[in-house]
Amino acid sequence: MSAAAPAHDHHDDHAHDHAHPAGLKRWLFTTNHKDIGTLYLWFSFAMFLTGGVMALLIRAELFQPGLQFLNPEFFNSLTTVHGLVMVFGAIMPAWVGFANWLIPMQIGAADMAFPRMNNWSFWLVVPAAILLVSSFFVPGGAAASGWTLYPPLIIQQGISVDMTILAVHILGASSIMGSINIITTILNLRAPGMTLMKMPLFVWTWLITAYLLIAVMPVLAGSVTMLLTDRHFGTSFFNAAGGGDPTMFMHIFWFFGHPEVYIMILPAFGVISAIIPAFARKPLFGYASMVYATASIAILSFIVWGHHMFTVGMPAAGQLFFMYATMLIAVPTGVKIFNWIATMWQGSMTFETPMLFSIGFLCLFAIGGFSGLVLAITPVDITIHNTYYVVAHFHYVLVSGALFAIFAGVYFWLPKWTGHMYHEGLGKLHFWLSVIGFNVAFFPQHFLGLAGMPRRIPDYALQFAEWNMVSSIGAFIFGFSQLLFLYIVIECIRSDRKAADNPWEGADTLEWTHLPSPAPYHTFETAPVVK
Amino acid sequence: MLRNTFRNAVLSAALATAATANAAYDVDILPPASPIARQIYDLHWAILWVCVAIFVLVFGAMFYSVFKHRKAAGAKAAQFHENTTVEIIWTVIPFLILIGMAYPATKTVLEMKDASNPDLTIKVTAYQWAWEYDYLQDGVKFNSLLATPRSQIEEWEKKGDKKNADYLLEVNNPMVVPVGKKVRLLITSNDVIHGWYVPQLGVNQYGIPGFVKDTWFTADKPGRYRGQCSQICGKEHGYMPIVVIAKTPDEYAAWVKEQKAKMPQAEAAHAAVAAAAVPADDPNKKWTADELKANGEKVFAANCVACHQVTGKGLPPAFPPLDGSKVVTGPKAAQLALVLHGKPNTAMASFARLSDSELASVITYTRNAWGNKTGEAIQPAEVKAARK
Repeated sequence: MSAAAPAHDHHDDHAHDHAHPAGLKRWLFTTNHKDIGTLYLWFSFAMFLTGGVMALLIRAELFQPGLQFLNPEFFNSLTTVHGLVMVFGAIMPAWVGFANWLIPMQIGAADMAFPRMNNWSFWLVVPAAILLVSSFFVPGGAAASGWTLYPPLIIQQGISVDMTILAVHILGASSIMGSINIITTILNLRAPGMTLMKMPLFVWTWLITAYLLIAVMPVLAGSVTMLLTDRHFGTSFFNAAGGGDPTMFMHIFWFFGHPEVYIMILPAFGVISAIIPAFARKPLFGYASMVYATASIAILSFIVWGHHMFTVGMPAAGQLFFMYATMLIAVPTGVKIFNWIATMWQGSMTFETPMLFSIGFLCLFAIGGFSGLVLAITPVDITIHNTYYVVAHFHYVLVSGALFAIFAGVYFWLPKWTGHMYHEGLGKLHFWLSVIGFNVAFFPQHFLGLAGMPRRIPDYALQFAEWNMVSSIGAFIFGFSQLLFLYIVIECIRSDRKAADNPWEGADTLEWTHLPSPAPYHTFETAPVVK
Repeated sequence: MLRNTFRNAVLSAALATAATANAAYDVDILPPASPIARQIYDLHWAILWVCVAIFVLVFGAMFYSVFKHRKAAGAKAAQFHENTTVEIIWTVIPFLILIGMAYPATKTVLEMKDASNPDLTIKVTAYQWAWEYDYLQDGVKFNSLLATPRSQIEEWEKKGDKKNADYLLEVNNPMVVPVGKKVRLLITSNDVIHGWYVPQLGVNQYGIPGFVKDTWFTADKPGRYRGQCSQICGKEHGYMPIVVIAKTPDEYAAWVKEQKAKMPQAEAAHAAVAAAAVPADDPNKKWTADELKANGEKVFAANCVACHQVTGKGLPPAFPPLDGSKVVTGPKAAQLALVLHGKPNTAMASFARLSDSELASVITYTRNAWGNKTGEAIQPAEVKAARK
């Protein structure tokens, strides 16, 4: 990236040139990538707390054997909506928020390519979330089939399922619009001199993620539409009595569902690739192989869906193919981990909160990767399929993977977003509470799974009691520490600790080198030249 | 070693926060009881140790760097940022490790999928929420349901039964198999997808409505192996345990004889030709209203209580009340049709699998229990007629 002097002068006045609406109208009608990014991030945090409350209700019920607080039907609704809310309401919108804030700033663009469509992408997400969460209050209660929505179970349930399907449709439309916007922005609006292989890795990972979204969202939309017609219009896509096959839903769902995992994790790779070099004060090791590894992971993600279905009774050839393909993903993922560690090697490291969360990400995401490798081995998967081992595995990937990277990114860019420094001591406290709470909550779930405790059960046999109690205690520590995070962000916005234009010694992308803190309302009116 | 260290660390932490009696902090797969399960067990530990070794090596290097190369210790940053040789090496080595893992796993997969030449075949049909076992050669067929009393589960009602050791893992009729014989399972489902999961035997297989999938196991030694439904199947998903008892072949033969004696003659003859779609009993027998009600209460407790509750109040709106229901107090033909055919797109399945007498009893019971006072009885012959 270029190392020209920060362009203060040119920004300070132009922020006042164009009056923009204030108050409610500003947020409703905004086409500014920063406003939309902010909306996405706050929305995602609200959904994160909503889904978190559901998780804590689940853990409260599982604190002891027996039914204490919930009835089984409501318990199933909670596990279902918790999953949907966290995937579609919390993690994905958070990454879109990052994309909106950062992509134009990192490639030297004035805004996103389609600002009006950008506004639409966000405002579609809100009614979808309302549909999803309010389905708890309709007759029959929220969808209670697990977030995978497998038929025929889902066919038995009430109006809430139709609301969920509609919500998924709307969210898919929003994601596709967002992806088109991101791809167009990246391919067309880069500053002069910024070739693809000079783009920051966060931009690269989002480019690949956007293609994944465009490839799989229509598949999900198709599968839930088939559910809808099975429910109401007499079709039999998934009903054997009419010539259909319930297994077909699984194939279609997981053809979407496995790339979806990488949609949630690839932007995290980008964020970590920005933070580790900044705090090691050393360039990222193996930039090119990082790009190739990301692309390989994305491509492989399309041919491994069957590993979610080893127990449906597929033929040996199918089991072997999906086992080998799944194991292969460990290779590019390993390359990424090695590259990050090589970046740290012989650096000059400091350990501010973003770096702590990045190191937490590395270690814990690797544990999730290893348990993923264990699950890839078909015979082993069969003995722990749909047990708590799987629950532990994907929470290691999605919480200590995606979510910790989101935290790292928020702390890293808060000075640029708000113009203020967050409280470092509180940030570190948030990290340690999160990392301890998370591990106490989810590590024991590996043991529960190995001992044979199925997931999605409201009550359990007595030999599972001890680890469940430990897990619930961890979940409460982890859950309540997130209120501290809320406080830290609000305190940062209101504080008077002015952030430097580049508060991090080692950060070298355009938003740090060419923009003041806070970044002005309109970013680059004249594109910077990248050498 | 590592296992124990970790176990002790977590154990003491857990005890400090929540002292519980009879702690069972298991950290391992349950002891395998079949050849396949033993292979799975060994595979799991082999792969886990490889993962642990890689983790220690890689993150050992990272923590060394974190400790040595920190700014606070005066480290100056080097500026290297790529090295093709190193990058190729750490692509190839993991690939070779994966091949090493895939080889034994492949052998196990091929063995698991080979269900040929069984000594015994049992057809397993999953229902919301019971398992039906049909011994195709031996002509034995029965349902297997959760045996834990609901009073132990529903603590919110403070019924206060003490939980027994096999809480939620006990059934009324366990599957019984002979030790050392290859048992082939044909698994299907009547309503939604369920999962027949007994980890110690190395079996976890979905039952998918409309399809029959097979798997197999051989129990090594006599014993009692427990499992649960592994795929979410609605509200009673947590209450669908599986118990397999492995007996010596002689004991098994005795058990089959005993089971056959218990079954109605006609049923045994019927099952022998393996076409027992409808359990036969004596549909021409005339029952008194009181007999029907008394028997119906038992049938209700075994088949209906999970959704409609002992009180008949149900769990509305998903599971409607029977007490005061228009269907139950209206014309009996309509109720009979609903019970026989189920209600599409709801959890109300067809109960045609119950015998004519069972259906007659349970319908009579519901029409006269709680606040329902129709005073009507329905005879098995009427059920038999309605089946056609």
